[in-house]
Amino acid sequence: MAHVKLTSVRKSFGSVEIIMGVDIEIDSGEFVVFVGPSGCGKSTLLRMIAGLEDITSGTIEIGGRVVNDLPPKDRSIAMVFQSYAIFPHMSVRENVGFGLTIKGVDKAEKEKKVLEAARILQMENLLDRRPSQLSGGQRQRVAIGRAIVRDPSVFLFDEPLSNLDAALRLDMRMEIGKLHQSLGASMIYVTHDQIEAMTLADRIVVLKDGQVMQTGTPMELFHNPDNLFVAGFIGAPRMNFFEVDAAPVGNGAYRIGAPDVAETVVTAKKPLPEGERAILGIRPQHLSLIDDAGAASADQGVLTGKVALVERLGTETIVNLSLPSGAVLIAALDGDNPVAMGSAVTLAYARTDAHLFAKE
Amino acid sequence: MATKLTRSNGAGWAFALPGVFLIAMFIIVPFLFGFWFSLTNQRLVSPNPTQFVGIENYQNLLGLAVITIEPERDDKGQVVRDDKGEIAYPRVRTITRSDAYPQYSGMREWFRWQWGDNANVVIASDVVFMKALANTFIFVLFIVPLQGGGALLLALLINQKLRGINAFRTIYFMPVVISIVVISLLWRFIYDGSDGLLNNILNVLSFGLFQPVDWLGRTDTALGAIIVMSAWQAVGFHMVIWLSGLQTIPPTLYEVAAIEGASGWQTFRYVTWPGLRNTAILVLIVITMQAFALFSQIDVMTKGGPLDATQTLVFQAVERGYGKQDISGGSAISVILFFMVLAISLTQRFLTRERKYG
Ligand SMILES: Nc1ncnc2c1ncn2[C@@H]1O[C@H](COP(=O)(O)OP(=O)(O)OP(=O)(O)O)[C@@H](O)[C@H]1O
Ligand SMILES: [Mg+2]
Repeated sequence: MAHVKLTSVRKSFGSVEIIMGVDIEIDSGEFVVFVGPSGCGKSTLLRMIAGLEDITSGTIEIGGRVVNDLPPKDRSIAMVFQSYAIFPHMSVRENVGFGLTIKGVDKAEKEKKVLEAARILQMENLLDRRPSQLSGGQRQRVAIGRAIVRDPSVFLFDEPLSNLDAALRLDMRMEIGKLHQSLGASMIYVTHDQIEAMTLADRIVVLKDGQVMQTGTPMELFHNPDNLFVAGFIGAPRMNFFEVDAAPVGNGAYRIGAPDVAETVVTAKKPLPEGERAILGIRPQHLSLIDDAGAASADQGVLTGKVALVERLGTETIVNLSLPSGAVLIAALDGDNPVAMGSAVTLAYARTDAHLFAKE
Repeated sequence: MATKLTRSNGAGWAFALPGVFLIAMFIIVPFLFGFWFSLTNQRLVSPNPTQFVGIENYQNLLGLAVITIEPERDDKGQVVRDDKGEIAYPRVRTITRSDAYPQYSGMREWFRWQWGDNANVVIASDVVFMKALANTFIFVLFIVPLQGGGALLLALLINQKLRGINAFRTIYFMPVVISIVVISLLWRFIYDGSDGLLNNILNVLSFGLFQPVDWLGRTDTALGAIIVMSAWQAVGFHMVIWLSGLQTIPPTLYEVAAIEGASGWQTFRYVTWPGLRNTAILVLIVITMQAFALFSQIDVMTKGGPLDATQTLVFQAVERGYGKQDISGGSAISVILFFMVLAISLTQRFLTRERKYG
């Protein structure tokens, strides 16, 4: 049974519609990540689930109960904000126990719960400090501690790691992952960092302009993007796109041709509108170096270009190629690839790895 | 020695000159003069040369003592009572003018209280000054919570997203931009004893039962009337300061409180008020300092009366210096006021210092 269920949820600020009919189901204990570009409505959607923003139309259910008109405190949620939102005048102990103070829980009980949260987050030694004496990561830990003490059935995170530096972000990301495993609560996590999305999520919801573009496990989104937007949004470096002519050859397959791409046959996931040009997408990771076009096997497509830039990252080598038409192609080759700047190379990809989308 | 301040910035100093000159002329020099005058017997216009008198002016102002007077007794040692049964005491004059008590010479009674059969009498060298000092403190004591609290209340009411809220902001701020002299004149009509607005309103509200009160003409209402009017006048100004403080509190903190289910009062106590700590200190200090400088209202509305019930320090300083041409006495009052205000600003510095948490 769905634990959190959004049905045709819409939201307008004045006359501007920000969320345009969203349906999402989140299972109990699931970790769902909302990703999308800045301004697409991720935070708004999360705040609507929290009850901080009212719903223009549609319904939100949590635990089988319609919560449209319930105040935030009765929704069994806890929220962690990007800005931490911890009280500067309170010690860590008081901050973590804030909800219990509000409820008037007695001292001993409060101390017990605060200590438990502090133990989970390994910050027992910080309890008597003030927020001004904490690092960004520690502050966010305090905010998460405050959420844990609420003992919610759904945790809501709004870009909790965006204010942290890269190394800390990685640490905290793993910590949140572990937290999810140990608490077993449902979590909804908003980010525009696709690495966070890929690593944390059981399921990712990709949003754009207030609409769900695709929902699926990280690997589904990576391997089977429904549309151009998801294809471009998930995966780094970004998928390479080429505008191509596509002639149907039956069975959902098309013969494609373009200045930069050798003619070949690719299968589209969804039928393309007739007579229009299509977009061919190839992930940088799916390209590999071959000696020349003749060396390609029957189920491979081929591209040729000149190496414009080589970035050696150790684990992989990112190569920027300039294609005959002047377009740029990015290929992620293996770490020790000896490819040299300025050399002309031929790249192959498996035809099954290529994506064909309707032009938007 | 050439420092950054003096080296090759002649143009800078030239620009600063007019301002520095004016500040020196109208603030620094008079300030130093005031100090000096308070130690002399300087008069506004006098044919006699000025003499240095040390701290005599201060002694004349601050001299204060408590004397205990025993009741008069008849031959049998019985306490003498007057027709109404009140205990009769010898007159204070018999002590302050007696050669037996040179230390009380020239002092007059300020107030007294009874202790058993005896009367304790507080005598002061300068009763009017003492009344001014006491009134000033009473004024400060009442105006700080009244104006500060009122302004906070208005700020909380006005810090909402409602239609037409700006109209209210403007209305509340309006008295601030009107001259205090004009406002004092207006309120003199409001407080008028026979046909004032206040009396009329109270009369209507009580269906004619209320008897008109001469608000500014009675010793027990005059200071209160001035306190209320002064609080009203500047409340808009402090409301704006509170508002700016309210707007520095991050909205997410309120959202946290909402998620935790905090009540209105809890939200105020745990989110709003702690976030206003520095604003509160500022508002408190500003009101206090302005209150100590109370003058215009008194000058326009009561001139210190009735029976010195609304005397204040600044009013006394001006009255003495220019009314009675006693520049040295007026200066001494100003210096005393200066030190009181200085003490308050030092307290502010102390309260707002960067605190280290262990
Ligand atoms: N209170 C509001 N009034 C009017 N418009 C708003 C309000 N809050 C958000 N918006 C608009 O709604 C849109 C979505 O905002 P939202 O904060 O949900 O984006 P987001 O996806 O969280 O972006 P980011 O990644 O930058 O945080 C934006 O265009 C924003 O301008
Ligand atoms: Mg956001």
